[in-house]
Amino acid sequence: MLSGALLLGSSFLASAVEMVEALTIVLAVGLTHNWRTALLGVLAGFLALAAVVAALGPSLVHYVPINALRVGVGVLLLIFGLQWLRKAILRAAGLKAQHDEAQIFERELAELRGGAAGGQAVDWTGFVVSFKGVFLEGLEVAFIVLTFGTNSGRFDLAAAGALLAFVIVGATGAVVHRPLARVPENAIKFTVGLALVSFGTFWGGEGIGVKWAAGDATIVILAAIYGLSAAAIINLLQRSAPPLPAVGGGSG
Amino acid sequence: MRWVIGFGRFWWDFIVGDSIILAVGGIVVLALGLALARAGDGTAAQFVLPATVVGTLGVSLHLR
Repeated sequence: MLSGALLLGSSFLASAVEMVEALTIVLAVGLTHNWRTALLGVLAGFLALAAVVAALGPSLVHYVPINALRVGVGVLLLIFGLQWLRKAILRAAGLKAQHDEAQIFERELAELRGGAAGGQAVDWTGFVVSFKGVFLEGLEVAFIVLTFGTNSGRFDLAAAGALLAFVIVGATGAVVHRPLARVPENAIKFTVGLALVSFGTFWGGEGIGVKWAAGDATIVILAAIYGLSAAAIINLLQRSAPPLPAVGGGSG
Repeated sequence: MRWVIGFGRFWWDFIVGDSIILAVGGIVVLALGLALARAGDGTAAQFVLPATVVGTLGVSLHLR
């Protein structure tokens, strides 16, 4: 029950962050070229993602022993989660520029305007940009859903979290037609980083034969340990180095 | 050839990202845990795993 709620929440938040990034790129293509180009790129991106998930999902579950899977997924989740957490800590400490979707959107618009064809004809530059945005950001979502789903045996919850994020982010983007700049992206990335590292430690540990004394509640305990450690690191970094001026976008 | 290099670079960026210390650290964490679990010290592994994760993050940020 507890790990199910954490699984759903983590999948939702991780997916929402990646989808906001993909939406920013698609909106930029739609506004500079045309919506037909942007939506064709989205459709192609989704088809490519579906092919990757269909190819990897069943083979993972049916052909790889569960403990080997847990170790492999544990390592990947640890690495992935630590990357998110590292960036979130640097941003929270003021040592890395905030991931500002409005600035990224303006930058994409400026770059795309140089090659904009206009009209309703499909523009291949815009198509590729839209496709890459959806495919690459979607690949991270697919990775999280696949790893969470295979390890927990709850594909339904992992996929439901991603689907919920897709519906909310997609509907919001369709209504506002602007990048979702008010989403507290760094706070979400910090939370997701904590969740990925906690699940990675837990599942990786189970895979190598560690019997966690607190059972599923270990995930919450690990998240608390990592959260407190990250807060202490942010505090140390803020004291030891001068912060960056509040400019720039950056990726990831 | 350019396609192969691009493909390799994509996966390098996807897995390793900004810090190779985190990629190596993720493997070291579980290798250490495995050594302890094999030695029959599962209790120690429960403490060593999270401690090594925090240590890896700290080192990666210190050497940024």
